[in-house]
Amino acid sequence: MSAAVEMLFSATPARTNMARHLYASVLIIVSLVLALPLFAVISSFLIPAPDIWQHLLDTVLKEYILNSLILMLGVASLTLVLGIIPAWLVTMCNFPLSRTLEWALLLPLAIPAYIIAYTYTGILDASGPVQLFIRELTGWQYGEYWFPEVRSIGGAITMLSFVLYPYIYLISRAAFIEQSICALEVARTLGCGPYKTFFRVALPLARPAIIVGLSLVLMETLADYGTVQYFGIATFTTGIFRTWFGLGSSAAAAQLSALLMLFIVVLIYLEYWSRKQQRYHHTSSRYSTLTQKKLRGKYAYFALVLCCLPVLLGFLIPVFFLIKWALLTYPRVINQHFLNMMWNSIMLATCAAVIATVLALFMAYGKRRMSSPLIRIAVNLSGMGYAIPGTVIAVGVMLPFAWLDKLIDGFFRAHFDYSTGLLLSGTLVAVMFAYMARFLAVSLKTVDAGLAKIKPSMDEAGRSIGLNASALIRKVHMPMMRGSLLTAVLLVFVDVLKELPATLILRPFNFNTLAIRAYELANEERLADAACPSLAIVLVAIIPVIYLSRSISMSRPGHDYRP
Amino acid sequence: MYMKYKSLLVIWGSFFLGPQSLAQVDEVNIYSERKEELIRPLLDKFTTETGIKVNLVTGEGDALIKRLEIEGKDSPADLLLATDVARLYRAKSLELLQPVQSDILVNAIPANFRDGEGYWYGLSLRSRVIVYAKARVRPEQLSTYEAMTKPEWKGKVCVRSSSNPYNQSLVASMIARMGVEATEAWASGLVQNFARTPKGGDRDQIKAVAVGECDIALVNTYYLGGMSHSEVVDEKQAAEKVALFWPNQSDRGAHFNISGAGLTRAAKHQDAAVKLLEFLAGDEAQAWYAEMNFEFPVKSGIAVGETLQQWGNYIADDINLDQLGQYNAEAVRLMDRAGWK
Amino acid sequence: MTTALELKNISVAFDRLRIIDAITFALREGDIGCLLGPSGCGKTTLLRTIAGFESPFEGEVWIRGVRVSDNKHLVPVEQRQVGMVFQDYALFPHMTVKQNIAFGLQDFKGHLREVRIRELVELLEIGEFLNKYPHRLSGGQQQRVALARAIASKPRILLLDEPFASMDITLREQLAKEVRNILKQDGITAVLVSHNQFEAFAMADIVGVINEGRLLQWDTAFNLYHRPATSYVADFVGEGVFLSGSVTGDREVHTELGVITGAMPLGIEQGTTVEVLIRPDDIIHDDQSELTARVTDKAFRGAEFLYTLALGSGTRVLSLVPSHHNHPVNEDIGIRLEIDHLVVFPARG
Repeated sequence: MSAAVEMLFSATPARTNMARHLYASVLIIVSLVLALPLFAVISSFLIPAPDIWQHLLDTVLKEYILNSLILMLGVASLTLVLGIIPAWLVTMCNFPLSRTLEWALLLPLAIPAYIIAYTYTGILDASGPVQLFIRELTGWQYGEYWFPEVRSIGGAITMLSFVLYPYIYLISRAAFIEQSICALEVARTLGCGPYKTFFRVALPLARPAIIVGLSLVLMETLADYGTVQYFGIATFTTGIFRTWFGLGSSAAAAQLSALLMLFIVVLIYLEYWSRKQQRYHHTSSRYSTLTQKKLRGKYAYFALVLCCLPVLLGFLIPVFFLIKWALLTYPRVINQHFLNMMWNSIMLATCAAVIATVLALFMAYGKRRMSSPLIRIAVNLSGMGYAIPGTVIAVGVMLPFAWLDKLIDGFFRAHFDYSTGLLLSGTLVAVMFAYMARFLAVSLKTVDAGLAKIKPSMDEAGRSIGLNASALIRKVHMPMMRGSLLTAVLLVFVDVLKELPATLILRPFNFNTLAIRAYELANEERLADAACPSLAIVLVAIIPVIYLSRSISMSRPGHDYRP
Repeated sequence: MYMKYKSLLVIWGSFFLGPQSLAQVDEVNIYSERKEELIRPLLDKFTTETGIKVNLVTGEGDALIKRLEIEGKDSPADLLLATDVARLYRAKSLELLQPVQSDILVNAIPANFRDGEGYWYGLSLRSRVIVYAKARVRPEQLSTYEAMTKPEWKGKVCVRSSSNPYNQSLVASMIARMGVEATEAWASGLVQNFARTPKGGDRDQIKAVAVGECDIALVNTYYLGGMSHSEVVDEKQAAEKVALFWPNQSDRGAHFNISGAGLTRAAKHQDAAVKLLEFLAGDEAQAWYAEMNFEFPVKSGIAVGETLQQWGNYIADDINLDQLGQYNAEAVRLMDRAGWK
Repeated sequence: MTTALELKNISVAFDRLRIIDAITFALREGDIGCLLGPSGCGKTTLLRTIAGFESPFEGEVWIRGVRVSDNKHLVPVEQRQVGMVFQDYALFPHMTVKQNIAFGLQDFKGHLREVRIRELVELLEIGEFLNKYPHRLSGGQQQRVALARAIASKPRILLLDEPFASMDITLREQLAKEVRNILKQDGITAVLVSHNQFEAFAMADIVGVINEGRLLQWDTAFNLYHRPATSYVADFVGEGVFLSGSVTGDREVHTELGVITGAMPLGIEQGTTVEVLIRPDDIIHDDQSELTARVTDKAFRGAEFLYTLALGSGTRVLSLVPSHHNHPVNEDIGIRLEIDHLVVFPARG
């Protein structure tokens, strides 16, 4: 292994050809293993299900596709607005609460989409407190006034956007912070006001980064099942499960999932293209400190309202109602069992986060030094699981694991006369593997971005002053990568904490997590009982989210310094 | 040397703690579609009484069936618990279950609520009924599922999505009784009368009736029970504004589905598993279903609580439940064609 | 000629720390001014104050007879019609060279825009890479594009922030002259910020030396060198050492090197201890001279040697000597004084 590490920084390829090949092979094998669930899904095309396809084509397929597209378009637009505008305002301006909002805007990341959907339905539907209040205030009956319907495609777009916009916020804020302030100032000397400067310079400069964030958001949107299912919207994802559970054809369901991957390939291409653009997007290496403009009067209020809105709607209101419901039920719900679940959740999320980040590091470094198309394709494949609904991934995980278990069992029977049975299936190893297949994309993207900041010339400079590979990593790379690695760990942690379907189906006996409990109760339509585990998820997730936000504030070039 | 190797491997293997890799203590492993909250207390009671440990994984019914299928003969699961007969039927037809012969079970469970060959046994009953707004609807206006398509209910019917298994089994039962064509005509008629696009769960339909968004709705009985005992004030208030109506009492009876269980083909703790099945069909467990989740006991002569008594006597459709499984896929296609979202 | 830019008593502070302290100067239409000073002296802040990025807490900035900054009002940057060239050029990486240039020409109608771009292409010789993206250009090319973009819309005043800082040192003076020619050709008033005096002298008509936020002298290059207003200016501009002496007459100072007589009255009381600025060109090597000094160091500069010489008292002075006079270190050589401009400051401390 150390030879392989050495290879990554060596300037003399001839001597280290062996190590290079070894590294490349391991990298490709790991990528392909992680893509196994996808292959399992794609292989479903071998099982014919023609009459079901005819039926789907005749009736609902068009609607699935249309709704999924509307959903993606809606979520894309809304998350862009909710993410970019506050990111710009808190980065460039100073107004009341702007320092608090800087991290508070990330808070909705801590809430699983299906929980916010259940919560808002509880608040806003016809018998909920809001409409009740309206009726009591006005004396109107239901139907005599107009009220937006939560459980509609518009509602689903809104709910998903509330919890997904932080990705856009996170990434566009980082992009705005990194932008050379000179480019913005130059635009102003050329006669552009603040608005024109934003639209003509800052936004186009941040576009590649924003598209990366957007592709994450859209993948999450495609993978969402809880929200759309509860709202009764026929999307590709609900269609997959309906075909599987209702029509009883897991083959056709898997084939639909494979079709879903087409959407994802488009997204991945989009992202790849945008990253390629990004490479040229820093001509300036000199950062002038951001001088935040102090907003006054109505502008300050306007900015305050704009930035508070996402936090209020995406976090404070749902959490307020969760607390209200939790107060009704906590004596019954919080016990030793509950604490065990909390521990399980934290333990799983921590392990997954660390493993995913280490794997991402391994792959990102490989990609950095050996940019062959084969490696790029392999790495991309391993990241595709992000957009596949968790249950589908889970089935894709079970298949290869069962196969491997049978192989091991056969081997042991033949050589030791001992049956190992199912060694890996139904263990946390399988659960962990599913997390990797699903969330590697998140850590990989983050680590990739961090690594891109380390120029090859820095490696060479390090080598030239006599640092060996490990010293180079320790003294140059780690300090520079720390922020990105931390981000990767925290994002995966939060994602796994919220993850439901794969954990649900793959877990060992008697193993519960907060997400499972929250979902089971909410699914039984026992919102009040679901409040405690939901709140616990939010509480556990909020710590890394705040930490994440802090670390980004600190990453501002020239932080704590004024010219 | 060889032996050393072997013991090392066995130690390594034991880290993964597959439940079967340890000594055969008395235990039962369950894959359950019933949520943990709605089964665990009962299982704990079983463990206290018998000393048999019960291990549980819950999840989506079909996902669990898929897991059983993939794990094959090595599967650790001994019992499959489902909340809908179609899942049991599917498990049976995929040859994942094996028959159980038990006099206790046969005596406790009426023949129409268990599989003829003993592949699965119903453990509790869940009826799909009509709820109506007390303020706007008189019970005399209601009669059958079929009558819900009458023009007088235009824009007044609420029901959840056709992806829901209980809707699927209701439609399957109608296909079994009336044939595809008549059922499709009924489904189309019902869709015409929808007050809104199907959305939300059964509790949401009840709330919608209470608040006036629609006048009648199709829901499972236990949701109504759960709401009238809810800690959330507006749920409780909503439940008080509606009443339950047993449909088709003058002909075939109201549609009933079951939650039930079957012994898996891979079962390694058969005796303990059958003991658990018998416990679940026993008086104590049967009363618990009624008490905790407002489901009807499958065993007759079990004293039920106040809420269930209030709902009154009913005639249940005595259709062979196998047919619900048989027609499940057809029901989904039919609802797709009828435009039932 | 009219005044293009006028600063009246400008003071700027960050966090109560005074960065710029009561600076006043004026620049005539078409002139090129330079703010010269060591890094951290506040010159860039002053430039940004003129541009409108910083606001003064005291004083006023006037551009072409319009007050654009005072402690209450600030005309927004985009309305000041100033062009600015940044140290790193800050070209927009997502636009081609042509789009970069056209960015500042939004108020020009289609045809006029094309005409102006063609003018700039000719002026700056950037035609060959008009359709390339900035990352494909060399540093010098990028700079020309940045300049073209900044002057495209004919700004009232052009501001340049260390425009040659990232250039090859050997290119700087030449580029500075080129830029000067371009600006003169287009008749543009400009203010340049630099810490390099040769760059400043090559480009500017008038130079202000700034130190610790104060403007020490606003004058021509010749005067800065030969008639520095303060000892700091004398020290910062050009090379030289201070020799202590005492005033012995109206125009006379007695020093270790003998009595030095200036052309102008000193206006200092006799007997006062003073410091006399001795430039390297003030000390001539003369083998005939009785006055000698020991060579302690020497630097070869092509046509000349710059000798460091130790006088009898140990005081060191510099002398520029034609390079065919090659003397080894530690040799005593004859010197004599030949001062055209006697610069005297009261002794420090």
